[in-house]
Amino acid sequence: MKTNLKMSSILSSVMVLLLMISCVGDLNVKPIDPRITTSADVYNNPAAYKQGLAKLYAAFILTGQVGPNGAQDVGGVDEGFSCFIRSLWNLQELTTDEAVWTYGNDANGTIFNLHYNTWVPSDGIPTALFARIMNVVALSNEFIRATAGSTDPDLKKYNAEARFLRALAYYYGIDLFGNLPFVTEANLPGAYFPPQKLRADLFTYVESELKAISTELGDPRFEYGRADKAAASMLLAKLYLNAEVYLAVGSTPGPAKYTECITEINKVIAAGYTLSPKYANLFRADNNLLTEAIFSQLSDGANSQAYDAMQVMIYGNAGNGGWSGLRTTSAFVGKFSTSVPVEGLSSSRAIFATEAQGQSLAMGNVAKSTDGYGVYKFRNITSTGANPPNSSSGFEDTDYPMFRLADAYLMYAEATLRGGAGGTTAQALTYVNAIRTRSGDVAVGNAPGAIALGQLSLGFVLDERGRELYWEGHRRNDLIRFGQYTGSTYLWPWKGGVAAGISIDPKRALFPIPAADLGSNPNLKQNAGY
Amino acid sequence: MTKLYMLVKRFLPIFLLATCSSMVLAQGIAISGRVTASDDGSGAPGVNILIKGTSNGTVTDKDGNYRISAPADAILVFSFVGYTSQELPVSSRTSIDVVLLPDVLTLQEIVITGYGEVKKKDATGAVVNMSNKDFNKGVIASPQDLIVGKFAGVSVTTNSGAPGSGSTIRVRGGSSLSASNDPLIVIDGYPVDNSSPAGVSNPLASLNPNDIETFTVLKDASATAIYGSRASNGVIIVTTKKGKEGKTQFSYNGTVSFSSLIKTMSVQSGDQFRALVGDLNTQNIAGIDAAAIAKLGTSNTDWQKEVFQTGVSQDHNLSASGSIKKLPYRVSYGYTDQQGILKTTSMQRQSLNVNFSPSLLDDHLKLNINAKGSYINNNFGDPGAVGAAVAFDPTQAIYDPAATQYGGYFSWLSKGSLQGPSNPVALLNQTNNQSSSNRIVTNAQAEYKLPFFPDLKVNVNVGFDRTSSDGYNRAPLTAAFTANSTGTLLGRNNTYGGRTQSELTDIYFAYSKQIQDHKIDATAGYGWQHFYREGTNTNSNTAQTTTTTFKNENFLVSFFGRINYSYKGKYLLTTTLRDDGSSRFSKANRWGLFPSLALAWRMKDESFLSGVQFLSDLKLRLGYGVTGQQDVGNQYPYLATYRTSDPRAQYQLGNTFYPTLRPEPYDANIKWESATTYNLGLDFGFLEDKITGSIEVYQKNTSNLLNYVAVANGVNFSNFITTNVGSIESRGLEVTLKATPIQTKDLTWHIGMNFTTYTNKITKLNLTNDPTYIGVFTGGIGVDAFIQNQQVGYPVNSFFTYQQVYNSSGKPQEALYVDRSGLGGVVVGNSLNKYHFNKPNPDFLIGINSRVNYKKFDFSFSGRLSIGNYVYNNVESGRAFYNGAYTLGYFSNIPTYVNDTKFVSQQLYSDFYVQNASFFKMDNLSLGYNLDQVFTQKLKARVSVTMQNAFIITNYKGLDPEVDGGIDNNIYPRPRVVLLGVNLTF
Repeated sequence: MKTNLKMSSILSSVMVLLLMISCVGDLNVKPIDPRITTSADVYNNPAAYKQGLAKLYAAFILTGQVGPNGAQDVGGVDEGFSCFIRSLWNLQELTTDEAVWTYGNDANGTIFNLHYNTWVPSDGIPTALFARIMNVVALSNEFIRATAGSTDPDLKKYNAEARFLRALAYYYGIDLFGNLPFVTEANLPGAYFPPQKLRADLFTYVESELKAISTELGDPRFEYGRADKAAASMLLAKLYLNAEVYLAVGSTPGPAKYTECITEINKVIAAGYTLSPKYANLFRADNNLLTEAIFSQLSDGANSQAYDAMQVMIYGNAGNGGWSGLRTTSAFVGKFSTSVPVEGLSSSRAIFATEAQGQSLAMGNVAKSTDGYGVYKFRNITSTGANPPNSSSGFEDTDYPMFRLADAYLMYAEATLRGGAGGTTAQALTYVNAIRTRSGDVAVGNAPGAIALGQLSLGFVLDERGRELYWEGHRRNDLIRFGQYTGSTYLWPWKGGVAAGISIDPKRALFPIPAADLGSNPNLKQNAGY
Repeated sequence: MTKLYMLVKRFLPIFLLATCSSMVLAQGIAISGRVTASDDGSGAPGVNILIKGTSNGTVTDKDGNYRISAPADAILVFSFVGYTSQELPVSSRTSIDVVLLPDVLTLQEIVITGYGEVKKKDATGAVVNMSNKDFNKGVIASPQDLIVGKFAGVSVTTNSGAPGSGSTIRVRGGSSLSASNDPLIVIDGYPVDNSSPAGVSNPLASLNPNDIETFTVLKDASATAIYGSRASNGVIIVTTKKGKEGKTQFSYNGTVSFSSLIKTMSVQSGDQFRALVGDLNTQNIAGIDAAAIAKLGTSNTDWQKEVFQTGVSQDHNLSASGSIKKLPYRVSYGYTDQQGILKTTSMQRQSLNVNFSPSLLDDHLKLNINAKGSYINNNFGDPGAVGAAVAFDPTQAIYDPAATQYGGYFSWLSKGSLQGPSNPVALLNQTNNQSSSNRIVTNAQAEYKLPFFPDLKVNVNVGFDRTSSDGYNRAPLTAAFTANSTGTLLGRNNTYGGRTQSELTDIYFAYSKQIQDHKIDATAGYGWQHFYREGTNTNSNTAQTTTTTFKNENFLVSFFGRINYSYKGKYLLTTTLRDDGSSRFSKANRWGLFPSLALAWRMKDESFLSGVQFLSDLKLRLGYGVTGQQDVGNQYPYLATYRTSDPRAQYQLGNTFYPTLRPEPYDANIKWESATTYNLGLDFGFLEDKITGSIEVYQKNTSNLLNYVAVANGVNFSNFITTNVGSIESRGLEVTLKATPIQTKDLTWHIGMNFTTYTNKITKLNLTNDPTYIGVFTGGIGVDAFIQNQQVGYPVNSFFTYQQVYNSSGKPQEALYVDRSGLGGVVVGNSLNKYHFNKPNPDFLIGINSRVNYKKFDFSFSGRLSIGNYVYNNVESGRAFYNGAYTLGYFSNIPTYVNDTKFVSQQLYSDFYVQNASFFKMDNLSLGYNLDQVFTQKLKARVSVTMQNAFIITNYKGLDPEVDGGIDNNIYPRPRVVLLGVNLTF
């Protein structure tokens, strides 16, 4: 009996031991969630590469892996505000005469700092965009590593597109923050402090990247939504157009690169894009059918949902039944109404909600949603006025045009007027008038109308960029390039935090490096003046 | 006397069985008698009677009667847990009646520890426990309600007044920042997963509170470290009632209760609001013009009155306990039907609890088999109606007969506003939001005493815990609140389902040996637990249907050991070591070693104190331990993974929509968060333990916090990742006092008090230690709006606000704040002008409870005093300003708070709204009457009336000063409950 017991206890001990060994092995887990794949396995299926590429594009307009809200890409901020093009839009537009936001508590009570040009390094929206820019860089780096060295023609193209998107993100970083932490595909993910690269060095880097991929990218419009050779040329042209700003040393302008700009713009113009016959159709749910856009961020009411810039401009504007977050200032409306005969409020481009919709032109109070005209240039209806198929989802089909032909025409005009070689003022006038006499608008009699060569000045180009490209995320960049952003050359309501507008410090031409980044990366130095 | 029964600890059945089996051997004269308890004079069942010097004996039956054969010169030992043992010589008597006196010292009291138990007098750690006689009375929907206010250092805050609502439990305030602060909950030896599937409030909610026998809270690391990896936030051990040897005893427990709203938010009536709107129009405030005024209604609707009701609830429990031959069992069934005070909300729970505790193989093998099942139906309604009722325009009628497209309810859509809030009554009546869940927790524990080596016992505990739930949230196509941004009604048909499951295997060896003055207990074992969770969620309306699913699992494997050593019973040492492996960490960081050491000195047993009569007990304890934390939500934080986007976050390339693949942020080097605790404790008793108590002082340093923090941008796949950075220091003092000022045959009076104070401070927050770092914003009060901040040098979750400027008469001046940064310019908007202003945690928490038994009456109360807890009054800041009366084409009611400030526009970040919410709450008042014989000899009864949430004393302006997290935002209010109860035993 005793022996039996002993035997059984030894046996059971052995069993226990076996159990333990096998169970320790349980600690090596692999994800069982069908949505999660390990990095090691993710590209076992070659079709997955295009999904990886799709993420890099999506990172500009969508906000996370669950639409419209959820599993957000960047933290520390409301997911909707974290949208790349929405925070970019906020910084390029709310800080100017073109747009005003109603709700002062947003971005942790810092959003009015954008109107007042009083932002500080801890403000939410610049912090969000900084994170977004570097997030696109990090995601692109990963994809560039994954597709590096492939001889597959598709993968080579994907690789070049990832480099384009990374350059695009860095470009906006150059424009808004100047100096950025610098990481490339050579830097593996981990925990370290990336060095800071100065604005001029980033300029050189982005320029060289765009040149390097110019032959790898697809031909213009080879597939809808994807960055092609024309997109790269357009971005390069924008870099060159702003070279005097981006390469400035102190208050001394950098070298002019207008000739290089015209070279790239000419490539864009030669690529076969056409102006939309009607201006308003550029901002409607079926704008994907037009061939004016060179590079867009794509929306879809059913499959691509986010509280992105389009959502806010379409459903959040004032005087249009929306939640009245956005309006514009009288100074900007004046670009239409006070410049008659150049362009009046009846023009096809002045798509405002006015007194008739309960809005007033004057803005006594930034927080009052009826102060200032509404803008409903962006709509979620088709060119025929019909609702798109997924409109009841509450999300739009309207794509966000980041680069379009009219912008290229105006850049051509500007670079030529600024003395760049390779273009003529006569051609510039032709381009400008093409924008102003879109056939569909002429047909209904409210095209702005052609101008004479004598009217085509740099000042006209700035105003014309405003009238043509307002609310498309260009305004701050334009005003800076024309010397009308900081200082007191141009005042608009609430500039500097005063109803009539006052001068603002030149340091405001750049945003500060966010406090969160200074706190998490000791290599970063704050921008001058902050 | 049922109280006595309930006092019985786990060891008793084991002991009883041992004695019963040898009863037949007793020789001598037959003796019989009755044992009664002195406190209520009732017969004492289950009293252990032993013939001294032998292992022969018996137990009393349920009426306290016994029979035994013993030699005429024998000595009988009568003993029962919680009562003083008595030794009586037989002296040839054939009838011996005994009155047992309560042993207030309860030195024999057993304290459950992890993987074992110790006598309370031998305990070395900061451990508090409570058995069911001291539990709170009232509507106990969930077990944690039983201990609200009862323990120093343990706070239990019910999340809301919704039926079946969960609670937040914090032991010593928690020790983590981003990781879970929930304590580990162990039910009958089974550590449960803290996560619950959708529709289930928390892991304790499915237990029937009536089945619970004891709650034990392990507070300091020397006590919790045996649970290593999950012990940083304390451990709560729950044991359920077991079967006892003897004839079957039935017990029925039923209550009917009535819940009602304590207080409503003071808002404008319809007439007042019409007058106010007229004034605002004259003053040109809020953009109110003639077109707006035309939208005003003519009614006087008290929306709060319309959404609340008196909830009538009932609760029935029936249990049977006894033994079938030698198989002790207990079976209980419970039915709860709780109606909420918000209309349409309710909860029904059925539970079945079965326990068997047989002994086999000559008592060498003891088994304890538990199965607990429950089925819960929840009707959640729409709790948004609470806030909507405060905000909705009082001039509008509930119904608008013309609006058939909106089901006949008034809707702002009829008045052309697409953005207006929902009609609260429609919200309740048109929402059908229900879930049902079922749970089964079952485990079998076996203790086997090795026959060839009786000092060694092998314990095996295997079990599983499975919860599954499914539910839906529906609204018809006429529900105005399902309108999209253009006013099209979409209806709603959302469904969800989920399952969480865990399986457990624990094996440990327990060795016990006494050699003269040296006593050693050693335990060594191994534990394995697997956790699995899955869920599916379908959101559907006429526009779109999307389904998302998830699935994950994790494992914990542990080796643990403990040595208890005592010398002469006076010098006690406990040391534990646990080596935990978590599947959440990489191989290199997977294992965490968590040691602890505790020393105790029973000073009263020293000769120099033996003569001090008034001092009946004195013990000094010293503890040190390290515990871990690995519960970070993400199951694979170290693994490089990609996540596929769901169908609504695809991206179009060409004509195809692609689900995107995103590399997930990860930290390959992520490892255990660890907390080191030092604890000094003193247990004392005075006047024969008429007064007992303990004092605990502790310091806890949490380091390598598993923290969701901003990291250097560009190096990972997000700007925020979960990584080990930061530390928190907390220290505290806890005092527990119990006294029995009066104890006579007719009158006993117990009084208990506990006192807690603790502070914490963040000592490190990010990787760079940049002193100018503004910290991490937290405490959401709207879209991208935060009122709290984590910053080095300040308590966790400190409020972070602008400093309000007041005029000479003390009125806050709108939009005027102190320029604290001295930078000039606009003060608002510059976070450098914000400052840390108070915190949600109280400075002092005092729990007071008392129980008086007078003859057949008993009266008890339990209350809490909280001092220095601050609340951000988001109801006031969110609504009490004139511009809020009319926005986006609809009117909103304004709380009368606005009269205090006269603010025109919202001042969301003002410290004016951070308000002192110190309070005293009388949680429970209860009066009972005991009837010994009702109808028959056998039937005993107790009837009682209880009032829960009887009253609150506070200066706080909001509805309820008790706000978990410190942001008061229109939660489902906690009701006042009057409850009539009856207990029957037969």
